[in-house]
Amino acid sequence: MAEYEIPELRNIPIIPKVEVGTMAHIKSFMAKESMQTALGFPGELVDDWEEKLLDKMDDLRGRYRSLQVYLDSCVKCGACTDKCHYFIGTGDPKNMPVARQDLMRKVYRRYRTFAGKFFGKLGIPGFVGAAELNKDVLDEWYSYFHQCSQCRRCSVYCPYGIDTAEISMAAREMMDSIGVGQKYCNEIVGKAQTIGNNLGLPERALADTLEGLEEEVEEDIGVAVKFPLDQKGVDILLVAPSADFFAEPHVDGLIGYAKVFHEAGASWTLSSHASEAANFGMFIGSYENMRILSQRVRKAALDLGVKRIIFGECGHAWRVAYSFLNTLAGPWDFMDPKYPVPQHICEYTYDLIQQDKLKFDKSENDHMTITFHDSCNVARASRMGNKPGGQFDIPRAVIKAACNNYVDMPEDTIKEATFCCGGGGGILTDDLMEIRVKGAQPRMEAYNQVVKERGVTNLAAICAICKAQFSKVLPYYGFGMTDIISVHQLVGDALLLSDAADSNDAEDVGGEE
Amino acid sequence: MSALFAGIFYIAALIFVVGVGRKIMLYARTPAPLKIPTTPAPVTQTGVVLRMAREVVLFSSLFKSNKWTWVFGWMFHVGLLLAFFRHLRYAISPNSFLWPIVSFDLIQAFGKYAGFAMLAGLGGLLARRFLVDRVRYISAPSDYLMLVLLLGIGGSGMLMSFVAHPDIIMLKEFVLGLFFFDLQPLPTDGLLLVHLSLVALLMIIFPISKLLHAPGLFFSPSRNQVDNPREKRHLAPWATKFDADQG
Repeated sequence: MAEYEIPELRNIPIIPKVEVGTMAHIKSFMAKESMQTALGFPGELVDDWEEKLLDKMDDLRGRYRSLQVYLDSCVKCGACTDKCHYFIGTGDPKNMPVARQDLMRKVYRRYRTFAGKFFGKLGIPGFVGAAELNKDVLDEWYSYFHQCSQCRRCSVYCPYGIDTAEISMAAREMMDSIGVGQKYCNEIVGKAQTIGNNLGLPERALADTLEGLEEEVEEDIGVAVKFPLDQKGVDILLVAPSADFFAEPHVDGLIGYAKVFHEAGASWTLSSHASEAANFGMFIGSYENMRILSQRVRKAALDLGVKRIIFGECGHAWRVAYSFLNTLAGPWDFMDPKYPVPQHICEYTYDLIQQDKLKFDKSENDHMTITFHDSCNVARASRMGNKPGGQFDIPRAVIKAACNNYVDMPEDTIKEATFCCGGGGGILTDDLMEIRVKGAQPRMEAYNQVVKERGVTNLAAICAICKAQFSKVLPYYGFGMTDIISVHQLVGDALLLSDAADSNDAEDVGGEE
Repeated sequence: MSALFAGIFYIAALIFVVGVGRKIMLYARTPAPLKIPTTPAPVTQTGVVLRMAREVVLFSSLFKSNKWTWVFGWMFHVGLLLAFFRHLRYAISPNSFLWPIVSFDLIQAFGKYAGFAMLAGLGGLLARRFLVDRVRYISAPSDYLMLVLLLGIGGSGMLMSFVAHPDIIMLKEFVLGLFFFDLQPLPTDGLLLVHLSLVALLMIIFPISKLLHAPGLFFSPSRNQVDNPREKRHLAPWATKFDADQG
């Protein structure tokens, strides 16, 4: 299956021994000149790149308090050292959050602090944790800042809240600014900015796909569930990750959302202009690019005249939507003030369940025992509902409303302590397969535990990246690639549609909740 | 000797106050353009104050992370704080309204024995730097020396407290003299001079080292932001130009 060793599953918790350099060979494909220039970055490594890199660092330190405070504040206490899934899966010490940050911090200290300049001139910058900037350092940046999925697990455990995601985003933006970009992220940002989604799916193809889905669903259940596109004057704009349009198991989630809207009698639409929930501008730390992508959602909302915006199942997308959309594309004063902007599809479904507007036949999901994978950026960078922690409770409540058999994975691997799937933050590319497989190991180990001890059969998630990543890496660990399912697949499969031919059967199971 | 130490302390105090002050100004002036609290996060300002208080007083995130580091780190910091309170009586005149507080027996007694907690904590942290492979990997010489410096301060202080007492009355006159620019003789006790030199060194390196974690924590956006991005639009001054461009 691959030329590297597939790790054996161990019992959690695991703290590996340090093995220097095991992942130093990892290098994702670099962005071509055209992909760079499309985003306003230099096409190749510029002359005087050292100076320009430091200039960019100064620019970002001046614009982001997080970067300045985090570069200064780390005391090297070691609290984060065993928290990153990439370290747990590889033992490479540069995958310890503090060591990853130090790749930048040592340069900052050398050129921008008194201690680093002083000992640097004496020829011993390492005495105070500083280091000279050279091509080797840049290569290490490129390698290890693309082995961070920006999942924020380290920031939960840091006594100062230092978030390696902030450092790796800044590092990627600094590298982009001197012409060293990553192909996967930058190509996708370009596609989403010009075509409207990460897959580069044009309007016509999208319309065909949705028509196909309508036919398929009607054939399957005998109900004309609609998948409207670019319909003006409806109440709700649904912004889904583009993987939902065709990838497995994503598309089953999309069918689930459509059934919920159908049953609720809601008028809704997708948009071909904003046909992507994900915002890879965040992965490359670029406020400007992230804003351009967010503005597409605003334009779609204005053009279609909707009153609410709902985001589909997508992790980093929900972070940008929940935490940043108001900043980047607000104010949303033209929307229905009764609802927050934007809402998560799980919030929407949950509210309908609370109002008793959805009926389920949970036995439809009885062939499975489900566990829930908290997606990192939903868990640690956003919220659902009114209360802190709603991002944990609401998806679980939705699952339990649709399933009889639910089990949580061990406490130190879920909720705020959840492990990233191993593919987030710009890592979900074939050229990074080795780090993806190894980074998934902590999650696989936690999953294995509930499979063995509690008879769990499936892993549900609310993130397009998690779903794509798991369907790829589950087989490496001896599980089925279809173990991973969408939360709204569970909802869609168990939901009783009142206009279905056999809706009378609903009466005896509907009151079970 | 007295003039030399007076000079050292004036310079150290100046570097400390100006250096740390400049950093605090820098942190305060630099915008946080996006809402990035590590969630679940408080949804009110009061909640943020409580969250920060738990971090500052109890080191709650560190507690979640690693119990050994937490025990040693907390012992050291609390020991240092109590020892600091005890030291106030060397710098406050008996005529001051603060005197009844700083001379309070409990503060004096706690402060005296807190030194042991401080040294034990520092010893534990130093041992971790040597013994735990992950922590060893991330430690620069300055990380070890910082602990050695603090051990030196605590050790020399404890020796003066329990073994060889310096002329404390004379020291106090020297310290009070510093406040009024009225130079008084400093006891030439070896331990005391070592103790004072190391403290001055600590003050000097504070603004140029990782000791900045002290002010840094209060400015950490992942800890000090309210989780209310949907309710309240958050916009950095430098980002308003985009809104203006959009018209």
